[in-house]
Amino acid sequence: MKKNQLIAAAAAAVLGISLLSTGTVFADEAFRTLDEIKESGTINIGVFSDKSPFGYVDENGEYQGYDVYLAERLGEDLGVEINYVSTEAASRIEYLQTGKVDIILANFTVTEERAEEVDFALPYMNVALGVVSPDDAVVESLDDIGEDDQVIVISGTTAETYLVKNYPDIKLQKYDAYAEAKTALENGNAAAWANDNTEVIAFAIENEGFTVGIPSLGSADTIAPAVTKGNETLLDWLNEEIVALGEEQFFHADYEATLLDTYGADYEDTLVVEGGAVGTVETEAE
Amino acid sequence: MQSLGLDVLFKGSNFIRLLEGLWVAVRISLISVVLSIVLGIPAGMLMTSRSRVIRALFRVYLEIVRIMPQMVLLFIVYFGTTRVFGWDLSAEASAIIVFVFWGCAEMGDLVRGALISIPRIQYESAAALGMNQLVSFRYVILPQTVRRLIPLSINLITRMIKTTSLVMMIGIVEVLKVGQQIIEANRKASPNAAFGVFATVFLLYFLICWPISTLASWLEKRWA
Repeated sequence: MKKNQLIAAAAAAVLGISLLSTGTVFADEAFRTLDEIKESGTINIGVFSDKSPFGYVDENGEYQGYDVYLAERLGEDLGVEINYVSTEAASRIEYLQTGKVDIILANFTVTEERAEEVDFALPYMNVALGVVSPDDAVVESLDDIGEDDQVIVISGTTAETYLVKNYPDIKLQKYDAYAEAKTALENGNAAAWANDNTEVIAFAIENEGFTVGIPSLGSADTIAPAVTKGNETLLDWLNEEIVALGEEQFFHADYEATLLDTYGADYEDTLVVEGGAVGTVETEAE
Repeated sequence: MQSLGLDVLFKGSNFIRLLEGLWVAVRISLISVVLSIVLGIPAGMLMTSRSRVIRALFRVYLEIVRIMPQMVLLFIVYFGTTRVFGWDLSAEASAIIVFVFWGCAEMGDLVRGALISIPRIQYESAAALGMNQLVSFRYVILPQTVRRLIPLSINLITRMIKTTSLVMMIGIVEVLKVGQQIIEANRKASPNAAFGVFATVFLLYFLICWPISTLASWLEKRWA
């Protein structure tokens, strides 16, 4: 049994227990309001700790990256300290639903399914899916995937959902951590790796011998901060903040500080969403 | 050493961070092991109880522990208790609860095995010498049980240390997670860091677990 199945089982078990108990559930709200956060003087923000350049830990043990750059600013404008929580892709929703973090800023792609579980604020980045494969066997279409080939995905990501839904015949090789998936592709354990296109573009630029055969796949999505469902005070504040930050071109500055080295200047306007205004098509599932 | 990716270990405080991560893993398993032994001994004694009901209850407990993957237990304790009871357990407390829940059952089973492996005649001889139940347990049965138990329980310790790598799923940054963080932060500068870092993590686990399991086999030979 793979780890990701275990996580699914775990999540189901947790849900099952919550359903069994009635009445006392959520006697208190699961989240902290804006005022409660300000009063406590600390905000808990869930970020990735091993997903450079969005959220990672540098050699001095400090959190860095595009998501963290925004988190730092949010903390500053709220006037509170930030407690970073290292999250995995598969546990992000669980963290919000239990109120163990106030905001998730972990490269969280907005989808309809997720929007039923958590509340997304205005987006701050564009993203689509992409597929990277070795130079000697570039996968240019998912129809090229042979019967015996496997495609690497990270559990709980949009890439996994998309492939399961649209290409049920493709065998998936699932990993929990980004670093594991990367190692697996480098070791030739699978034919290709499907992930957010930013990830695969960066991967191919950095690693010789790999090409992004499919640069854009599925619907164009956005990345946004997420809060616990129903936490309106925090959500409203976040939305106002993102609009206000747009006036000073904050996310362009963020890109230049954190992403420029990885994606180059060519992708800046494609990737950045300023002031929550998505330039291209509206985000829709399918 | 560039090609092996060992250079990243000496950047900034990376190596210290790995050791701190190792300490997190060792601390969680040590606390869990001590609590497991303390709770496991009475659990094991109860498992040999004459009461059918008690035996059946412990049987169910042991089976649950064996069937449930530790990760499921971690999610239930860390997230589930917050959803259902509104408890806000820290990640480390949750990890320790899960490990003790697991360790106590395994330990109890080891104690049970050690207790029933003591020949009947030992009990009868003690009784013949006029010892009451408590005295015979303390001076005759327990010393022999502990000898059989220690090597086995040491193996449980090394298994626990290795299983701590799962606690990253509830946000605890232990040695393996620090390793992944270091690899990722340096993915451009040192693309080969994965080899060096994982090799170092392996070595750290080895350095902790090897003396422990050597001790176990030494004790096993000496006391068997």
